[in-house]
Amino acid sequence: MSDVLKYFRQERLPHIWCPGCGHGTVTGALVRAIERLGLDKNKVCVVSGIGCSSRAVGYLDFDTLHTAHGRALAFATGIKLARPDLKVVVMTGDGDCTAIGGNHFIHAARRNIGITTIVMNNEIYGMTSGQYSPMTPKGMVGTTAPYGNVERSFDLCELAKAAGATFVGRSTTYHVPLLIDLIEKALQNDGFSVVESIGQCPTYLGRKNKIGGAVEMLNWIKDQSVNVKAAAALPPEKVKGKFLIGELHNAPAPEYSSEQGELIGRVQRNYSDIKGGLWECASNSD
Amino acid sequence: MPKVVKLMQGSEACTAGALAAGLRFYAGYPITPSTEVAELCAEELPKIGGKFIQMEDEIGSIAACIGASLTGKKVMTATSGPGFSLMQECLGYASLCEIPLVIVNAQRMGPSTGMPTSPAQGDVMQARWGTHGDHPIIALAPGNVRECFDLTLRAFDLSEKYRIPAIVLTDEVISHMREGVELPDPAEVRPLRRAAPSSPAGYKPYAADPDGGVPLMAPFGEGYRWHCTGLFHDESGAPSGKADVADKLLRRLQLKMDKNAPDMWDNVQEGTEDCDIAVVSFGSSAMSALSAVRRARREGVKAGMLRLKTIWPFPEPAIRELASRAKAIVVPEMNLGQLALEVERVAGCRSRVIRVGKVNGELFRPDEIYDVIMGAK
Amino acid sequence: MRVEFRLSGSGGQGLLLAGIVLSESAILEGKKAVQTQSYGPEARGGSSKAEVVIADGDIDYPKATDPDFLLALTADAYRTYGKDMGKGLVIIDSSIPLDPAVKARTVALPILETAATAVGKKVVANIVALGVLGGLSGAARPESLEKAVLNRVPKGTEELNLKALRAGLELARSVGEP
Repeated sequence: MSDVLKYFRQERLPHIWCPGCGHGTVTGALVRAIERLGLDKNKVCVVSGIGCSSRAVGYLDFDTLHTAHGRALAFATGIKLARPDLKVVVMTGDGDCTAIGGNHFIHAARRNIGITTIVMNNEIYGMTSGQYSPMTPKGMVGTTAPYGNVERSFDLCELAKAAGATFVGRSTTYHVPLLIDLIEKALQNDGFSVVESIGQCPTYLGRKNKIGGAVEMLNWIKDQSVNVKAAAALPPEKVKGKFLIGELHNAPAPEYSSEQGELIGRVQRNYSDIKGGLWECASNSD
Repeated sequence: MPKVVKLMQGSEACTAGALAAGLRFYAGYPITPSTEVAELCAEELPKIGGKFIQMEDEIGSIAACIGASLTGKKVMTATSGPGFSLMQECLGYASLCEIPLVIVNAQRMGPSTGMPTSPAQGDVMQARWGTHGDHPIIALAPGNVRECFDLTLRAFDLSEKYRIPAIVLTDEVISHMREGVELPDPAEVRPLRRAAPSSPAGYKPYAADPDGGVPLMAPFGEGYRWHCTGLFHDESGAPSGKADVADKLLRRLQLKMDKNAPDMWDNVQEGTEDCDIAVVSFGSSAMSALSAVRRARREGVKAGMLRLKTIWPFPEPAIRELASRAKAIVVPEMNLGQLALEVERVAGCRSRVIRVGKVNGELFRPDEIYDVIMGAK
Repeated sequence: MRVEFRLSGSGGQGLLLAGIVLSESAILEGKKAVQTQSYGPEARGGSSKAEVVIADGDIDYPKATDPDFLLALTADAYRTYGKDMGKGLVIIDSSIPLDPAVKARTVALPILETAATAVGKKVVANIVALGVLGGLSGAARPESLEKAVLNRVPKGTEELNLKALRAGLELARSVGEP
C-alpha cells in the first residue's frame, strides 16, 4: 500500500464508503496501474459523476473533478479536447454511466476520444439507497423493484464495443490483478477505453437479495465470471448465464483530439496567408 | 488601419466579440435561432488553433465547456429556449464552482418547442433563476448588432474577472438582424483573464475574502492537483456538509455579485433627465420602444427611455432613480411580464409600472408602445 | 430619409441575399441600413420575407412599418403583404394575377422570365429583383449595387450576377415616372 499512498489525499481519508464496499478496491487498482506506468501525477486528471463510486476522485491526489450526475464524460471531453496532453480518467458508476449518462457514453465511444472510463458496476444505486439500475440483473430486488426487477440489463462491454470504444475489458473486485492489468492497458490505449469492474454492494444489493456480506458477494461474483480465454474452450452450457472477464476488445483507431489537432494544423496552413474573416478579431487575444 | 463599416449579423458580431475576448473553446448543439454562432465558431476557431466540438446535446455542451474552462481556456456555448433549459443544471455547477463561462442565449418563443423561428424575451427569469438554489449570475442584453460584439466581449471579461457564468441574452431579431457595424481595432481590445495563483505551494482553490472575494483559479494540468466539486466545499475544495462552511460559501457567492454589481451595470438613456413617462426595456423590444419614445417627445410628451444592457444583476439604483422622477414606467417586453416584476419591486409605490407584454412571436410595432405612453400621460 | 423595403416570396428564391446585398450597397455609400427577416420551418418552398430599412441617420426601429417598396415573387406573398401596403409601390412578377383587394400602386415586371431567358438562369431572379428595387428606389447607386453583388455572390458566378443586376436595372428604367 505504501507505494501508492502518494496518490491519495490522505488528509481526506477515511472515505465515506460502507464497510465491505468494492469501490475502494477499484480505486486502489487505478492507482496501482498508474504507479506501474509511472505517470506524472500533474498530468493526470480524474473526473467523476455522481454516486458512491464518483466520490473516489475526492480522495485522489490529481487534478480531480466531481461533476454532475451522468455528465462526467462530457466534462472530461472538454478537458481532453482542450488539453490533449493530459491523461484523462473517468470513474463512474453503473447508474451514472448507463442510465443518466448513457448518451454521453456512446458518443464518447463513437468519437474515440482519449479517455479511460472505469465503470464501477455494483448493479444498484447505492447513494440513494438501493434502487435498481440499468445493470441490475433481471429478477433481483431493489427499493424501486420490491417485487423483482422486470427490466433487462445492459451488457456494457458489448455496448461500448458497438459504440466504437477501441479498448474494452471487464474484471471484478475479486479478480484484482486482472483489474489492474486491464486498467494499465486501458491507460495505454490512445483512444476511448472502457474497463467495467463488477463489484459488491453488501449494504443494498447483497442485503436486499439475501446474498450475504462482502465475502459472500465476492464469491457470488467469482462464481458468475468466466475468463474470456477459458470460455473459448468451454462448452456453451458452462458459459450460459455467466459474464466474461478479461480483455474483450482491442482495436486501436485514430484518437479524436489528435484527429482534431491534425485538422487544425491543416486549416492553419491553408489560412496562414489569407486576410479577412472574423478570426482576425482574435489578433490581440491569446 | 482605416475603419471599415461591415454589414454584420448579430450572431456574427457575438462570435467576433468572443474571438476578440480570447475564445478558444466552443462546444454546442444546433438549435434555432442560435446556430449561426456554432457555424461561425466551427469555421473560425481552427484558424487560430481553437477547439470546436458539436456535442450530443446541450447538457454535454455546457459540461464540455466547463471542463475546458478548468484547463484555463476561455469558453462559450450558444443555444436557445429548449437548449437553455437543458443547460440549467450545469449552469448551477459553474456558478457554485466559480467556472468562467459564456452562454449566448438567442431567445425564441416558448415554452417547449414553441415557435422556433420567432423572437421572444421569455427567458429573463430563467436566466436568473433557472437553476436550483441561490446563485450569482450575469446576464447582458445587446440592443443592436454592434452591442452583440461589445457585450459578448464584456460577458467574457466579467465572467473571467468574477468567476461567474455570464449569459448574453439576445433574441431571434437581434441574433439574425444585419446592420452596418464598425468594429474596434482588434489591437486595441484588452481582454481580461481570470487571476491565477503563482505557485502550487499552499494553493487553496476556494480561499477568498468572505466579503465577496474572488478566489484565484489554477488551470488543470499545471501541478496544482486541486479538487473541483459541485458539492458545497471548503477553502481547500474538499466537500463539506458543515453548516458554517455552506453558509459562508453561499453568502460569499452572493456578495461577489452584489458588491461588484456597479462594475457590471450598464444602460443607455435618452430623455430620462426630465421625463414624466419612462420606458424601461431591453433587446429588440427596446428598438421599438425607442422609436415610440422619440415620437412622443416630438409631440411634446416628456417621455424617456432607459434601455438595460445589464439585466442581471438587476440595476436597482437606475430604476430607483427613474422612479423618483417618472410618474409612470412602461415596461414593454416580449413576454407576459418578467422584467416588469423587478421594475415593480424596485419602483415600489413611487411610480405606476405598466406592463406591456407581447407573446405572438412578433416584434412590437412602435405604435403599440406609443399608444401606452400616450395613455399614461 | 428612411426608405423601407419588404422582399417577399418563397424560401430558396434568394430574397434574403437580395436584401443583404441591398443593405450592403447602401452601407458602401455611407448610409445606415438594417436588414431583418422572418421565416418558417421550411428551408425551401415556405414563405419567406426579408426587410431592409435604409436611412441617412440612425435607424431605431429595424422593421418596415409602412413599406415604400414591396417586392412579391409569389402570388401568396403578393396577396398576404399587398393588402397591407399604403403609400408604397408594389412590384410583382408578371406571372402573378392582379388582385383587386390590393389597393396600392402596382407594377408587374417579368423578373422571373428575364432571369430565365435574358440572363439565362432562373436562380438569379433575386439579383434581377435587386436591380429593379435599386433602380426604382434610388436607395443605392448602380456602381454600389455592383460592388455589393460582387462581395456576396459565389466565386465563378460574378458575371452572371452582374448581368442579372443590369437586367433588373433595365427593367426599372422601363417603368418610368409615376
